Amino acid sequence: MNEITEQVTEFLTLALRRPVAPDDDYFALGLADSLFALELVTFVEERYAVTVEVEDLDLDSFRTAARIARFVRAKQGHPAGLGAGDDASA
Amino acid sequence: MTRPPEAVPEPVRAARDLAARWLLPAAAWDRSEGLPRDVAGDLARAGLLAPDVPAEYGGAGTGQQELGEVCATLGGVCGAVRGLVTVQGMVAAGLRRWGTAGQRRTWLPRLASGELVAAFAATEQDAGSALAHVATSVEEDGDELVVSGRKRWVTCGQFADLVLVLGRAPGGLAAVLVETGRPGVSREAVTGQLGMRAARIAHLEFDAVRVPRDHLVAPVGLGLSHVAATVLDHGRHTVAWGCVGMAEAALHDAVTHAGTRFQGGTPLSAHQSVRAVLARSAVAATGARELCRRAARARTHEPGRALHETVLAKYAAADAAAAVTRDAVQILGSAGCAPDSRAGRLFRDAKVMEIIEGAQHVAETHIADRLFRDHGVPAPRPDGATA
Repeated sequence: MNEITEQVTEFLTLALRRPVAPDDDYFALGLADSLFALELVTFVEERYAVTVEVEDLDLDSFRTAARIARFVRAKQGHPAGLGAGDDASA
Repeated sequence: MTRPPEAVPEPVRAARDLAARWLLPAAAWDRSEGLPRDVAGDLARAGLLAPDVPAEYGGAGTGQQELGEVCATLGGVCGAVRGLVTVQGMVAAGLRRWGTAGQRRTWLPRLASGELVAAFAATEQDAGSALAHVATSVEEDGDELVVSGRKRWVTCGQFADLVLVLGRAPGGLAAVLVETGRPGVSREAVTGQLGMRAARIAHLEFDAVRVPRDHLVAPVGLGLSHVAATVLDHGRHTVAWGCVGMAEAALHDAVTHAGTRFQGGTPLSAHQSVRAVLARSAVAATGARELCRRAARARTHEPGRALHETVLAKYAAADAAAAVTRDAVQILGSAGCAPDSRAGRLFRDAKVMEIIEGAQHVAETHIADRLFRDHGVPAPRPDGATA
């Protein structure tokens, strides 16, 4: 697991109060409350000094820790999908 | 030695001027047809309609603390005026956060200038706290979206020009801007309700209303989780501050009455029980104000905590407004029950504050969840054990 995926997974595990694996879709699992999606966006923006624009939002980019990590790397200027141990399902 | 004059930020000074002007009309608005539409223009000219819209979009760029003080100042005089500022700010916040660059350029200057008055239409007959269950449909038809459904309890719905509607599209929940001048929009004024009687509340019906596709705010599927969540978070903040103003105003009226009203040759203020009630009210109002200041600080400097701190502040402030206005009416006695009583009006409005922008019970659930999280308590599993 790369460092960003690890950090995001740690945040999710704390925030959702249960173990979350890098490829778990916590929205589909019904683990998120009505404020969680926004909180997640804010976490990503604050932690990684990026701005999440509406163009960045789609149903999938924030669904799993691994996808968030890939999004962050792309935002930071790294080619998407090159992180070691990235989302195996992608 | 005289104290230097208090440094009052411009938006707060402007709000005080308008509040002083509207103190008497507020009672009449509550008793009759509600806020005149001109109030929106007066607020806009004073830079107080969606004051936190950035200067690049024609707003005043007011900070969170000052925005709060503005809402407290207006809220102490008229809940409906504060409600107008709240909904305008809510829709502007949703657009600012999740609008495209084009949508921001198109709509924000018109909201800041007061050219358009906005409303937020989410609640339905069968979807109140559970907004995920809205049934209003949003369907694609070529380059247009077609909106059909019935929305209830829309603040400023009677005169709003632009409504942000939460509906259901085939791919998930969607937030769509609908101008009320379009064919198929009809409004039913709500009158005689418990509180917020001047807030020009309406039930709205959308009968196959067609809008251009670019009226969709954020992709389908994110209408509730991102757009409505942002909108409601902004609303909670301004409602919370409005509640602080309500509590402080009711306390002012109660203290003044207790200090000047004599019964049997004794001032009310000499009674221990009256003093105790006033003391408790002062603590409640002060506590609410400090929690609102804390929320404003988080919204400015600590975004990761902002959502939660805002829920906490709104909960405490609505609770304080309800308790302090109730006790103020009690101390005022018949004067508090009179048709033009400010405390009486704020008392009715305060009950509504415990219901809107997240009912108190919903807030408690959130606050308790956060508590367990901060203390590292695992979530329960469906079988009742902990994970």
